[in-house]
Amino acid sequence: MQKGELTAIVGINGIGKSTLLRTLGNVQPKLSGTISIDTIEINDYKPGQLAAKISVVLTEKIASKNLTSLEVIALGRQPYTNWIGTLTATDKQKITEAISLVQIEELQHKKCYELSDGQLQKVMIARALAQDTSIILLDEPTSHLDLYHKATILKLLKNIAHKTKKTILFTTHEIEVALQLCDKILILDKNTSHFNTPDALIAAKKFDSLFPKDTITFNPESGSFKVV
Amino acid sequence: MHQKKYTLAFILLLVLLVICFCISISFGSVTIPFTDTISAIFGGELQKESWGYIIRNYRIPKAITAILTGGGLALSGLLMQTLFRNPLAGPFVLGISSGASLGAAILIMGASMLSGIFTFGVVNNVTLAIASSTGSFLVLLSVMVVAAKVKDTMALLIIGLMFGSITAAIVSVLSYFTDAEQLQQYIYWSFGSLGNLSWSQLGLLAIIIGTGIFISIFTIKSLNAFLLGENYARSLGVHIKKQRFLIILATGLLAGGITAFAGPIAFIGLAVPHLTRQVFNTTNHKILIPAVLLYGAILMLLCDTIAQLPSSAYVLPINAITSIIGAPVVIWLLIRKKKMVF
Repeated sequence: MQKGELTAIVGINGIGKSTLLRTLGNVQPKLSGTISIDTIEINDYKPGQLAAKISVVLTEKIASKNLTSLEVIALGRQPYTNWIGTLTATDKQKITEAISLVQIEELQHKKCYELSDGQLQKVMIARALAQDTSIILLDEPTSHLDLYHKATILKLLKNIAHKTKKTILFTTHEIEVALQLCDKILILDKNTSHFNTPDALIAAKKFDSLFPKDTITFNPESGSFKVV
Repeated sequence: MHQKKYTLAFILLLVLLVICFCISISFGSVTIPFTDTISAIFGGELQKESWGYIIRNYRIPKAITAILTGGGLALSGLLMQTLFRNPLAGPFVLGISSGASLGAAILIMGASMLSGIFTFGVVNNVTLAIASSTGSFLVLLSVMVVAAKVKDTMALLIIGLMFGSITAAIVSVLSYFTDAEQLQQYIYWSFGSLGNLSWSQLGLLAIIIGTGIFISIFTIKSLNAFLLGENYARSLGVHIKKQRFLIILATGLLAGGITAFAGPIAFIGLAVPHLTRQVFNTTNHKILIPAVLLYGAILMLLCDTIAQLPSSAYVLPINAITSIIGAPVVIWLLIRKKKMVF
């Protein structure tokens, strides 16, 4: 994968999108194979070092909703703070940057239980940004959101990837939106997987076989799926 | 952000603590005028020499015990609630209290059963403290062994409850076969008591609690990360197993040590963290840890004063008072705020 690119992982339910993402993020132990970042094996990193390389946005809800948005985002600085977690001027600046990139200035003093799903998702993205890692992994960042918010979040991610030169990888079921916005797409299929730009994948007819043909067909011109 | 507000709140709490301390030592079964109580603290002249003896060797150690147990239990409750991300968790969910009860039960009731075979040493405060702390640490050790194998913190919570059930069952069986006198002695222990500690025992308790607080301070950063959940904490570079071990160790020292010396004291560990979160409206452990220590100490001093039934010869069981005073407060707070902030 290249720096500064937004990549989507797509595939049917249960194919292992989240498993792949959570394994990459070291959230769960790997089944087999090796994962390397900057040619160093992922398990050879100390927890603190890895935290400065990869940040994650997971599907699970945060445990305490009594935190303010700002506190959640500030926790993203933990890999860099001292033993008791004091925020330095640099930390505060990174937090402000993350907030302005995601444009949630007006939400920062609100408690998490006051936020809507879409707002909370933005806060979690800002938290990942504040962690200042070269790689951000997001597990279904657009589920439970309406079409407008789906597009907003993905455009935001694309913007961040291009602006900050971060590698952003996320799983999604919104293939149609992903086709329009992502730089690269990884299709997980039963036996094989394909990784390329959306146009190249459409040209190679890789989406046609994604779902059973008797139920759903793919229209390459409009980049959309149709129920038969 | 709210630095000034917090500083002011802490100063107020400290003043309140000193006031409660003075009130607590000015009440007891012997009536001593308030002015004499104050002068006794500062080593001044007293109308009667016996008053000075009562205050120095009975009331002050008792009030300090109240401060130590209240603060310690409240802190261990906070640690457990954050570790398990469960508002119902308290210091005793890991079976620490039931372990201590088991130790005490075996000493008091087991000794009588086996007295025909062995002649056990006397059952007194020191042996009771040893037996109950051994009991709580054995249960805690088994929980920690399991914790090293279990990844899911919720499973650990349930395992702790199961350990509690097992020890409670053994205590029931022991009670069934024991005679009334021993049973009464055990029940008296389970009432909890702050007044039985000598200065040297108090010193030991202070060292144990100090160690517990010291370890807790080093877990502040990861405690804050745990608020997001275990997976997020791991992604932030928290060494989950190590931090979990430290948190459980600190809880064990605090709750185990206190139960050993003062018996099982309910409610404080569960309720004080909630009260503190409601009042301070924060979840940052840098604020919460000193705040629960102060709140716990103040609440315990108040309960102790009430248990003394001012100026009467009777002392009510502290374990009952903490629940009677505290539980309604939590219910009232929840009704007022309509939700359990965590």
